Amino acid sequence: MKAQGTVHKYKDNVDTDVIIPARYLNTSDHKELASHCMEDIDKDFVGRVKPGDIMVAGLNFGCGSSREHAPIAIKASGISCVIASTFARIFYRNAINIGLAILECDEAAKEIDAGDEVSVDFDTGVITDVTKGRSYQAEPFPEFIKEIISAGGLLNSLKK
Amino acid sequence: MGMTMSQKILAKHAGLDSVREGQLIRAKLDMVLGNDITSPVAINEFCKAGFDGVFDNEKISLVMDHFTPNKDIKAATQCKQCRDFAGKYDIKNYYDVGDMGIEHALLPEKGLIAPGELCIGADSHTCTYGALGAFSTGVGSTDMAAGMATGEAWFKVPAAIKFNLTGKLNKYVSGKDVILHIIGMIGVDGALYRSMEFTGEGLKSLSMDDRLCIANMAIEAGAKNGIFEADEITEEYVKQRVGRPYQTYKADPDAVYAETYDIDLSTIKQTVAFPHLPENARVVDELTEDVKIDQAVIGSCTNGRISDMRAAAEILNGKHIAKGVRCIVIPATQKVYMQCIKEGLAEIFINAGCVFSTPTCGPCLGGHMGILAAGERAISTTNRNFVGRMGHVDSEVYLASPVVAAASAIAGKITGIS
Repeated sequence: MKAQGTVHKYKDNVDTDVIIPARYLNTSDHKELASHCMEDIDKDFVGRVKPGDIMVAGLNFGCGSSREHAPIAIKASGISCVIASTFARIFYRNAINIGLAILECDEAAKEIDAGDEVSVDFDTGVITDVTKGRSYQAEPFPEFIKEIISAGGLLNSLKK
Repeated sequence: MGMTMSQKILAKHAGLDSVREGQLIRAKLDMVLGNDITSPVAINEFCKAGFDGVFDNEKISLVMDHFTPNKDIKAATQCKQCRDFAGKYDIKNYYDVGDMGIEHALLPEKGLIAPGELCIGADSHTCTYGALGAFSTGVGSTDMAAGMATGEAWFKVPAAIKFNLTGKLNKYVSGKDVILHIIGMIGVDGALYRSMEFTGEGLKSLSMDDRLCIANMAIEAGAKNGIFEADEITEEYVKQRVGRPYQTYKADPDAVYAETYDIDLSTIKQTVAFPHLPENARVVDELTEDVKIDQAVIGSCTNGRISDMRAAAEILNGKHIAKGVRCIVIPATQKVYMQCIKEGLAEIFINAGCVFSTPTCGPCLGGHMGILAAGERAISTTNRNFVGRMGHVDSEVYLASPVVAAASAIAGKITGIS
């Protein structure tokens, strides 16, 4: 599986309150959540994002609330993959459970810039910055997690 | 190799003699929790996956606390979905307006969590129950759905940081100051993926409410869970509430900790966390600038318990809040609310010019009951001060203890008390 798209770049400690503010949590509709994604720190994101685009951020991405609405909003906005130096643990679990691709790679997170064209190979964990002509190796998922992802999320993996 | 407290509880629930850091396990759950925001997403997933039963209708708690009493039609629709689900599967621990409280104050109060138990909750502050010596951690809605269906969850066994507490808290210094101090010291990702384990003779000076407050904010340091070694204070709290047998766990003497911090509680001072991260901790006495406030919020799953109400009332008794300040006091459960009335605290709050509200998470997450306009500032006993957390993206939240919030409401600016 591969993804390729333009990068939207953020800093350290992007919390789930800015990914999807609580004032919109009175719905669980994916499209409606996506229409407010990132608006408190990047109000142009929703207008700018294209299907397949990639989000890159620093340390502790997705910290704060456990709201699954956060990875849902990112996924439904069209983002194909989030690359970060580190992820907050509940966001990490939630992304795996709902099938939003995420990769931990500190070097890539630091060097890739907003607007770069980036491709990701999920089988090998290789991230390529096409604009800069550089490649990075992300941490591969453990087998256990690969099984959840290949089954199409946690609940599907339980039904097998 | 020895195990930490958290590892021992995980091993027991996975049916294993021992576990090691990094091991992936599947463990049996004693409680699965959700609220009116996270449960609808879980229920959607539960139904979509085609499950037609829950693993145990006494081991699921659904608490309508975030946007209740329903703040708008959408919130009402979400609560109705939870109510219908609870009715369909005969969920015993379904708490709605009238008997609800803020989930992390309510579950310990009702005896739904005991030492040594394993709990997941679709709310990040589920880590609160570590105060009782349980392993308890926040998850998302899909994990909650899977937990409700199977009674199990997967875990990656965490490493741990040990906090060896000594000494005794000074007057007007509380658990809130301790945890703000710790987060200031280690940062918002200082305990990422790890357990925070609290032990040492200093535990004796921490009440259960202090411990619940400290464990509550373990997530603000990125931790998977916070956990206190059970002692006489735990036993005293639990025996009045829990009817079932339970087991307490101590870390092995040779348990491996990634880091150990020694903290002398007598050195901790009243602390406030500046916007927009809980790690921006500063000692109140050392502030050099005037920080004027528009609102004070006293309540939440962090500081809405009876000792928090008593602490705030002691400061507000016979005083009045400053002109131009709104002070919103929210006891966390119906029981705390009733106790405030019985003890005369409600009267003190109202005479001081405060609003005294029915239990709700409300303003903490910018839901309702005290939203901030652009440029406004709040001091709050809640747990997060992220951008836009309590309202407009250009508003600010300062985190503090109930006494500091109450003193600040009277002064109209951030102030400590001696």
